[in-house]
Amino acid sequence: MATMSGIARPVSVEGVLDVLDEDPATQVLAGGTDFMVEVNYGHRKPQSIVALSRVAGMRTWQVVEDHLVIGAGVTYSQVMKEQLADLLPGLAQAARTVGSPQIRNAGTIGGNLGTASPAGDSLPILLALDALVNIRSKHSSRSLRVDEYVIGPKKHALQPGEIIVSVRIPLSDTSQEFLKVGTRNAMVISVAGLALVVDWKSGRVGCGLGSVGPTPIRASEAEAWLAGVIDWENRRIPDRDGYGQEFGRLVARAASPIDDHRSSAAYRSYALSVCGKRAYERIRRQQRQVLPGIVNGE
Amino acid sequence: MSPMSSASPVPPVLPMSPPMPVAPDTTREGGRRESSGSNGSNGMIGTSGLIGSSVIRPDAVDKARGDFAFSSDLWAEGMLWGKVLRSPHPSARILSIDTARAQQMPGVMAVLTWADLPGDQVFGLDAKDQPVFAHDVVRYAGEPIAAVAATHPELARQAVDAIVVDFEPAIPLVDPDEALSAPATHEAGNVFRHITLRHGDIKAEGDVVVEGTYEVGMQDQAFMGPESGLAIPSSDGSVDLYISTQWLHVDRDQVAACLGLPPELVRLHLAGVGGAFGAREDITIQVQLCLLALRTRRPVKMVFSRAESFLGHVHRHPARMWYRHHARRDGTLVKVEARIVLDGGAYMSSSAAVIANATCFAAGPYRVPSAAVDGFAVRTNNPPCGAMRGFGAVQVCFAYESQMDRLADALQMDPIELRLKNAICSTDRLITGQVVGGTAPVAEVIRAAAEAPLPEPASGDLLELPGGAGRCAEYDKVVRGTGFAVGFKNLLYSEGFDDFSTARCRLDGDMATITCAAAEVGQGFVTLARQVVTETLGVTKVRISSGDTNEIGSAGSTSASRQSWMSGGAVLEACKAVADRVLSMAADTLQVRPETLRLSVGYVVSGDGIPLISLNDLTRGKPVEESVVFHHKPTDPLDSDGQGNAHVSFAFVAHKAVVDVDVELGLVRVVQLSTAQDVGKVLNPLQLLGQIEGGTLQGVGLAVMEELLVADGIVQNPSFTDYLIPTTLDAPDIVVTRLVEEPDPLAPFGAKGAGEMPAISSTPAVVSAIRNATGLALSRVPVRPQDIAFGYAKSDSA
Ligand SMILES: Cc1cc2nc3c(=O)[nH]c(=O)nc-3n(C[C@H](O)[C@H](O)[C@H](O)COP(=O)(O)OP(=O)(O)OC[C@H]3O[C@@H](n4cnc5c(N)ncnc54)[C@H](O)[C@@H]3O)c2cc1C
Repeated sequence: MATMSGIARPVSVEGVLDVLDEDPATQVLAGGTDFMVEVNYGHRKPQSIVALSRVAGMRTWQVVEDHLVIGAGVTYSQVMKEQLADLLPGLAQAARTVGSPQIRNAGTIGGNLGTASPAGDSLPILLALDALVNIRSKHSSRSLRVDEYVIGPKKHALQPGEIIVSVRIPLSDTSQEFLKVGTRNAMVISVAGLALVVDWKSGRVGCGLGSVGPTPIRASEAEAWLAGVIDWENRRIPDRDGYGQEFGRLVARAASPIDDHRSSAAYRSYALSVCGKRAYERIRRQQRQVLPGIVNGE
Repeated sequence: MSPMSSASPVPPVLPMSPPMPVAPDTTREGGRRESSGSNGSNGMIGTSGLIGSSVIRPDAVDKARGDFAFSSDLWAEGMLWGKVLRSPHPSARILSIDTARAQQMPGVMAVLTWADLPGDQVFGLDAKDQPVFAHDVVRYAGEPIAAVAATHPELARQAVDAIVVDFEPAIPLVDPDEALSAPATHEAGNVFRHITLRHGDIKAEGDVVVEGTYEVGMQDQAFMGPESGLAIPSSDGSVDLYISTQWLHVDRDQVAACLGLPPELVRLHLAGVGGAFGAREDITIQVQLCLLALRTRRPVKMVFSRAESFLGHVHRHPARMWYRHHARRDGTLVKVEARIVLDGGAYMSSSAAVIANATCFAAGPYRVPSAAVDGFAVRTNNPPCGAMRGFGAVQVCFAYESQMDRLADALQMDPIELRLKNAICSTDRLITGQVVGGTAPVAEVIRAAAEAPLPEPASGDLLELPGGAGRCAEYDKVVRGTGFAVGFKNLLYSEGFDDFSTARCRLDGDMATITCAAAEVGQGFVTLARQVVTETLGVTKVRISSGDTNEIGSAGSTSASRQSWMSGGAVLEACKAVADRVLSMAADTLQVRPETLRLSVGYVVSGDGIPLISLNDLTRGKPVEESVVFHHKPTDPLDSDGQGNAHVSFAFVAHKAVVDVDVELGLVRVVQLSTAQDVGKVLNPLQLLGQIEGGTLQGVGLAVMEELLVADGIVQNPSFTDYLIPTTLDAPDIVVTRLVEEPDPLAPFGAKGAGEMPAISSTPAVVSAIRNATGLALSRVPVRPQDIAFGYAKSDSA
């Protein structure tokens, strides 16, 4: 039986990159909430591990000019805390849908990207927010959009030796909504998820979908349609019969869901169209009442 | 405040207290407040320790802090790790099994198959039809084929992977209706049992007839503590097995037979059990563990992974049920016709008893003069099904209560009025011809559960709406519904089974030791036994031991809501026998008549309570010991028409459900379940509340999410990621409106078993409430979002 050669616990990003440079087969461990499940199922047999938990620099977020930079080691619980939740209500809403309090205390944004599951709940909102994934290795650094980064079901574009150090999100004047449908009221894998972002400053609409295709999906047609009907000057989303429904219809058209034991393709598409309609109506109502984004976190 | 919510130190449940509704949260607060006052060293928190008081479990603090040792925590010097190879196919011939490579792996100490089994090849609770190891065929996906012991669990896993089995897969038989006519998948045939029940005038017709077909999916017990144990061999060829189980002695008998050993050489000890709910009635790892230990002459431990646990134990039988109810125009039931098919899976387990329950209780707790019921339990290549909380009564309750709603609808009658009109009472006959007897406060539980006030309408907080944390609800699309259901079940074993429990009481000074093999699986027997001792002997220093299978006789199974009655009864009788002896010893010493004496707080006291002599003076170093075997009233088998006095006693329960349904997305939030239950007498209010809340929630799970999905014989979701059970956000407020205390004349203290009842009527009550909110028929549980969403979309556009 092969034995484990050890766990490195560097305190800096450079330290992590050194370990990976030396042995690119070393596996990266963040909160372990996906990692350990795979170990328990025998799907992952690490020979050596580099743990990120002591890298303080990856566990914080900051505003850099007109961007927000969130360390890969930032947990869902951190995302749900006030300041960050005020800046990114949609991400905070998505974070609240993840697992249980224990999972949210341990699980990280970097780990959600690392797993790159189509059901990863932070991915639709990161997509809708036009986030960039900042990637580094000992000798290089690059940034990818989320749809460039995720290249297949649980497949991403990282090369050996590379890690995600942070995600970078443009700071703007936005309305954000995240909705997730599952067959239980908490701690459930998404059957369908939808994130909607309306950027009032740049006149841009972002819509990301989860669990309705092999990767998180961008609903481009729906985005374009909505951008076209919004009265940007007066910051108004039209209150017209059938508009929310139309948005929902276009959203569902972007999806390519499957039948599996969690749900049926038909229900997934349907639920997505309902979520699209509801997200549309929520942002429309918020805008009219000039309400800040509502977060239900504790 | 409800009877359960009192925080006062006196026994809080008053027999005749009027039904008092509670604000949603106080039931839980009550439990918490009482236990947070913890200070006593004897685990009796602010209570007398007597029957009727909320004595706290002796292991409560350890369990809450994670210090309790479960069977998965067992450890022995030099122990090996066991692992089982399972069939990936639901039906296949085994052409060959090659263990050579696994045998040669360093650190692998044994690789065993059917050929290594010295005794019986098959085991079973009823018919012995289930192989310990598959030999030439496998009949379900998950069937054990070989077992390995190695020095490390990972190595054991690799060794299992190294075993090469050549299968010739066959098309599995997975449809229970087809099983009735399909070629047999086992020499014993495809029908485990067919019961034809005919009662009264089967030609009778009603003015109003309603018909329906219902389905129940496969529920799993989903206990937290996986199957696990430790076997330690002795040099004399005997073996000690530390195991989590529901019935030590019947495990012992099956294990010994398969090992080819006399029963005395196989000693079973109860290890810390992490939940049971029926799934530990059948043996799972017991034989393999002992065999590996005896072969390797080393201790062997085995712990199932979660996936193995889902494949390794029996589940609740999925059911298909056709019903036709006949009633007079005034609502009086005339006749019930039903055809019930339970899918028993590959092996018999307790299918024969489960279908008997389903058939006997098919018409519900109602006066039904005529009935024609056909109950079938069939064999397929699906996972074996057997005991689970409610045991056959759950499936039919969903059907007959759905029918009662349908009938009320057809009669344009209030559904609760219809139920009250037909509610059975103790002098009525069941459809088995048996007079109910004992106590049957059916109308009382119906009225009490129905009286609960409705909760406040939903707030706008998305967390509290259907979809919860997913925040997908739209307030305008959320419709509230209410529903109601009544259920009942037998207590104890039935159909002539000679059931008994054994207990020993030993009093040494003011310290009592109870030995009783009743399996503590979380239900609280250890607490109850203490209370019985304090009540009868007046001492509070009590040790409870489950002994091993050589130390004490059988206590029977921790199932059928029977341990408080049967082992509680055995402990009570043993204590009474000790008390009698102690009192006559004291009478001799004191030169008085024993009738003038009684026991109280460590003393023999006079009739007016004056301490005369201490138990320490009387019995320290001269212990008084008594053993008893306690039996219940005998029952009869069912005759060829399904008639007979087959059951000892019955308990009744009702639930009123309030749900919020997002009718567009089809998501449900169960808001409140209020319940009343026929309990005979409350022995420990806090523990009773635990049973009621837990059972009710298990019923909620079956109503809206819990299902082991099986496709072509393969379980699709053997994990807690995908086998969903309710979380806190899915748990409704559970309000106990009334515990009806009409003592059962046959039961010790008059107390009826209470563990299963809450799981029976909660499911149909929830579904009835969803129907009320949506107007949909919803004839299958669990109800899925798409059943509601697509049904509603259709009915909305129509
Ligand atoms: C009970 C439970 C419930 C869950 N519920 C949800 C849910 O509702 N929604 C949801 O989306 N997920 C859920 N998850 C999955 C998991 O919690 C999330 O995906 C989480 O974000 C993973 O983060 P982590 O820090 O634990 O990652 P880890 O498990 O440590 O790592 C996950 C993967 O990412 C890689 N990785 C981690 N950090 C980096 C990095 N900086 N650079 C490169 N690769 C990296 C690791 O090598 C590994 O491959 C749940 C898991 C459990 C156990």
